[in-house]
Amino acid sequence: MVTTSLSEPAAEPNAEAIAAELGTVDAPVIATRRWRLAAFTRDRAALVASIFLLIVCAAAVLAPWISPYDPNVASGQLRFAPPLTPGHILGTDEQGRDMLSRLLWGGRISLLVGLVPVALASAAGLVLGLVAGYAGGIIDQLIMRTLDVLFAFPMVLLAIAIAGVLTPGISTEIIAIAVVLIPYVGRLARTATLGVVAMPFIEAARAAGASRTALLARYITPNVLPPLLVYATTLIGLMIVVGSGLSFLGLGVQPPTADWGSMVSEGREVLATAPFVTLLPGLVIVVVSLAFNFIGDGLRDALDPRSARR
Amino acid sequence: MANVAVAVAEVVLEVADLCTDFAVGRQTIRVVDRVSFSLRRGQTTAIVGESGSGKTVTALSLLQLIEPPGRISGGTIRYRGRDLRPLDETAMQQVRGARIGMVFQDPLSSLNPSLRIGTQIAETLLAHERISSAEAERRAVELLVRVGVPDAAARARDYPHHFSGGMRQRVLIAMAIACNPEIIIADEPTTALDVTVQAKILRLLHDLQQAMGASLLMITHDLGVVAALADEVVVMYAGRVVERADVDRLFHAPLHPYTRALLDCAIGLDDDRSTPLTPIPGAPPDLRRRPAGCQFAPRCPVAIAKCHRLDPPLLPMNPGQDVACFVAQGDADG
Repeated sequence: MVTTSLSEPAAEPNAEAIAAELGTVDAPVIATRRWRLAAFTRDRAALVASIFLLIVCAAAVLAPWISPYDPNVASGQLRFAPPLTPGHILGTDEQGRDMLSRLLWGGRISLLVGLVPVALASAAGLVLGLVAGYAGGIIDQLIMRTLDVLFAFPMVLLAIAIAGVLTPGISTEIIAIAVVLIPYVGRLARTATLGVVAMPFIEAARAAGASRTALLARYITPNVLPPLLVYATTLIGLMIVVGSGLSFLGLGVQPPTADWGSMVSEGREVLATAPFVTLLPGLVIVVVSLAFNFIGDGLRDALDPRSARR
Repeated sequence: MANVAVAVAEVVLEVADLCTDFAVGRQTIRVVDRVSFSLRRGQTTAIVGESGSGKTVTALSLLQLIEPPGRISGGTIRYRGRDLRPLDETAMQQVRGARIGMVFQDPLSSLNPSLRIGTQIAETLLAHERISSAEAERRAVELLVRVGVPDAAARARDYPHHFSGGMRQRVLIAMAIACNPEIIIADEPTTALDVTVQAKILRLLHDLQQAMGASLLMITHDLGVVAALADEVVVMYAGRVVERADVDRLFHAPLHPYTRALLDCAIGLDDDRSTPLTPIPGAPPDLRRRPAGCQFAPRCPVAIAKCHRLDPPLLPMNPGQDVACFVAQGDADG
């Protein structure tokens, strides 16, 4: 799922394959809150990844207070100061701007671009998938064929097209990525809904007099949500990469504002002489994306009834 | 059992000529074909038949839980004299669970895995009664006590996967009786359970039914269950009722050749091992290509020419015994 190549950022995630992998079709997720947490913390990789991401997020949020320099202003005469230079622990870039400050401030943008579109797309995809899967028939066809049209475009190409039509900037970037993601989440939500609706407990609930609203709210959605949550978590890492790609192409945030992707982009011209300018933000992207994937894996295991250990 | 009472007990549900069709491709197959029977207050009626004989679809039709491509295409379902069939979905929601409770075959997957047991039972109460959720949760615990779940208050906070199959079936029974329904439908309630648990669940169903004075419709393929619980038995074959009789008559003087064949297939504990079991030759008809006449005729040892041409009507033969068989009706004029 994670790739470091920015021009080709995403192996297209296959929602159906993931749904099958998550086991939503034959067995909805069964878990109690107590051992959900227990199983999750037992997974060392997921635990370490969560702690790491908490620190990264805290650092990004606190950037205005903890960042040693203004990220957009050259600090003194030092250009291309290598990492561990006194005063510039991660060095400076081609304009003499402090790398650590830029990474901290850039994290605010990059994490936002990872989290917000995934949250938006998950909400929209969940609703569309639930409606399509539960209503079936013509409504299902209408929703799914519309999503299929979006699906037909390569993910990044579509994001570029949307971002290109609107004025570049962070909200454009967020909208573009969210729109691109909706079909993926929607398809997964629909597949999961179909699996849940076919379960005997839905018929049992109907036989007990449950209304349609009660069925959707209390029986279907809670069982569709866990696989969706797992999928969304792995998407966050991927979208940081996609967002970086858009910034790299100049369709996201505009210079001099830093985000991890644009930092990689700016550094590429001096790759031979000062590789750390590119490598540092690149490394951060990779590690953060990986961390989200580990959390996704951990969630999947924790929410999967077949891995239940009590 | 109480043959005298059968004659006097009030009819709670009367099903007449119920038909349910399923569309398969361009074809429509009739899975339930003109089924008629009635449930009486405080009595147990069993529907028996092989897999695919339309037992479960009949039960689901009573609650109008048939989903497309299925459709109830004819007949009446009179509950206390009022036909349920014209009712819309919202009106049926008021009937399901409140007037007619249903226990399903597979307790392992008939409970919502993401809701606590207590909450799940409370949902049924909240769907039908104007009570607070705290009150509903409290009554849920009472119901768990009533169906014999030990340590009910604590177990109400557990999730379904913490429960064994037998305990889950108790929970489903608690949900079915939550609103004191007059009719309980139990669709093969013990099929998925261990033999040791089966007896306990059947006992529980019987005791609750007696205590509530409800009618129990027991759907089963197990003649042992029928003998133990039922007052009246409806034998189904290929979606049709072939015989309807009081339980004693059915076991001691079955009239339909299919009923007799079914009884011959049953294994008794005191059977001599040297007497071979007698399986019924052939297989039930493919509902897409029903044979003309009596559906059992191709497998029937006593079929006459007429059986292959005409549908035998279900006619009363003795008091408390109806049969749909020309031969049994004494019609030997091929």
